Amino acid sequence: MYNFEYRRAQSVAEAAKLIKEADDGKILAGGMTLIPTLKQRLAQPSDLIDIGKIAELKGISVSGKTLTIKAMTRHFDVHSSPEVKKAIPALAVLAGGIGDPSVRHRGTIGGSTANADPAADYPAGIVGLGATIETNKRKIAADDFFTGLFETALEPGELIIAVHFPIPDKAGYLKFAHLASGYATCGVMVSKTGNQVRVGVTGAGPNAFRVPEMEAALAKTFTPDAIANIKYPADELLSDMHASAEYRAHLVTVIAKRAVAAALA
Amino acid sequence: MAKISMTVNGKTVSGDVEPRTLLVQFIREHLGMTGTHVGCDTSQCGACNVHYNGEAVKSCTILAVQADGSDVVTIEGLAKPDGTLHPMQAAFREYHGLQCGYCTPGMVMVAVDIARRLPCADEATVREELYGNICRCTGYQGIVEAVMAGSEAMQTGVLPLKDHH
Repeated sequence: MYNFEYRRAQSVAEAAKLIKEADDGKILAGGMTLIPTLKQRLAQPSDLIDIGKIAELKGISVSGKTLTIKAMTRHFDVHSSPEVKKAIPALAVLAGGIGDPSVRHRGTIGGSTANADPAADYPAGIVGLGATIETNKRKIAADDFFTGLFETALEPGELIIAVHFPIPDKAGYLKFAHLASGYATCGVMVSKTGNQVRVGVTGAGPNAFRVPEMEAALAKTFTPDAIANIKYPADELLSDMHASAEYRAHLVTVIAKRAVAAALA
Repeated sequence: MAKISMTVNGKTVSGDVEPRTLLVQFIREHLGMTGTHVGCDTSQCGACNVHYNGEAVKSCTILAVQADGSDVVTIEGLAKPDGTLHPMQAAFREYHGLQCGYCTPGMVMVAVDIARRLPCADEATVREELYGNICRCTGYQGIVEAVMAGSEAMQTGVLPLKDHH
């Protein structure tokens, strides 16, 4: 690991100030991706600004039809939260499938969302549930947030404060996990609110995306069979040593069907 | 350099570290406590697990500066000062939950964490909870039996003995 300056921020305002002042600063949340990246010398920030102990960035609350999870809330907290289990049980399932128990004790929703790993679980949840990302500057709709491989709409120095999830009538999340890493080769969050259906996919493409054709079919008939013959074009998907684009395209349909079944269970 | 202090196994310790020093390096190299092992160094194998503010974490993936002000328990902190093993350690011995022993400190720390969070975990749950701890010797059977027996011992004070036939 290259050396860096370490600064612990006590508030969002202080974190924003520190990141602005740094030459090439990086925000440290739970560190479950950033620290391994630094250890492999794949990044060399001048400063790490630790936001992991900012109290105003932690907590889960429900207000009306919205579940709000603040950025430094850990996967363990989301997985075990009675509020999340009641409001959006599929999101508790999603958080409980990230990494392993020790990783879930450190990793955060804000860190995972900002990192935008193509195979991370939260992006499917955010896109599939139509969440809104609140930052220290603005609110960003899920559909505008994930813009590419590890790329988001976040500007330099912009911090995620919270993720707001509209509470659906039904939702289901399922992933086809890579056996060694646990990352999603394909993961799908399906949600239904009134006649509106959203299908959010992670793991298959460079960033999380929706499948409008499946959404339209599910809006008419919310059953796994309704989407059995809908195939996502393979030419837009990732191909690597773990799975070809064609295989991932096949998985999108299979996992979406299972996610619908999970939502109905 | 950064000045840090924390509680390790009930004692206040302090040191001057580079910001890039990992918690496991601080424990092993600065404090000289080598019970916590480094296996993969890529946060996958779990050999470096310690309890951080009461919860199992991988100490190879936390900076020592992040842990400033925290409460850490390592494998050295489980047994009583007179050497009496923690019930989970006793269970690992009784159920032969180890062969070479390299993964064992992390396994035991995670096992205690599992037992605290999920005191009545069934075998399938224990296996799932051990997902982040890799053992290349045992095939896990003895470890899973040890976690379940140790968990029972932590609640009842009595370690169920293995049928050695």
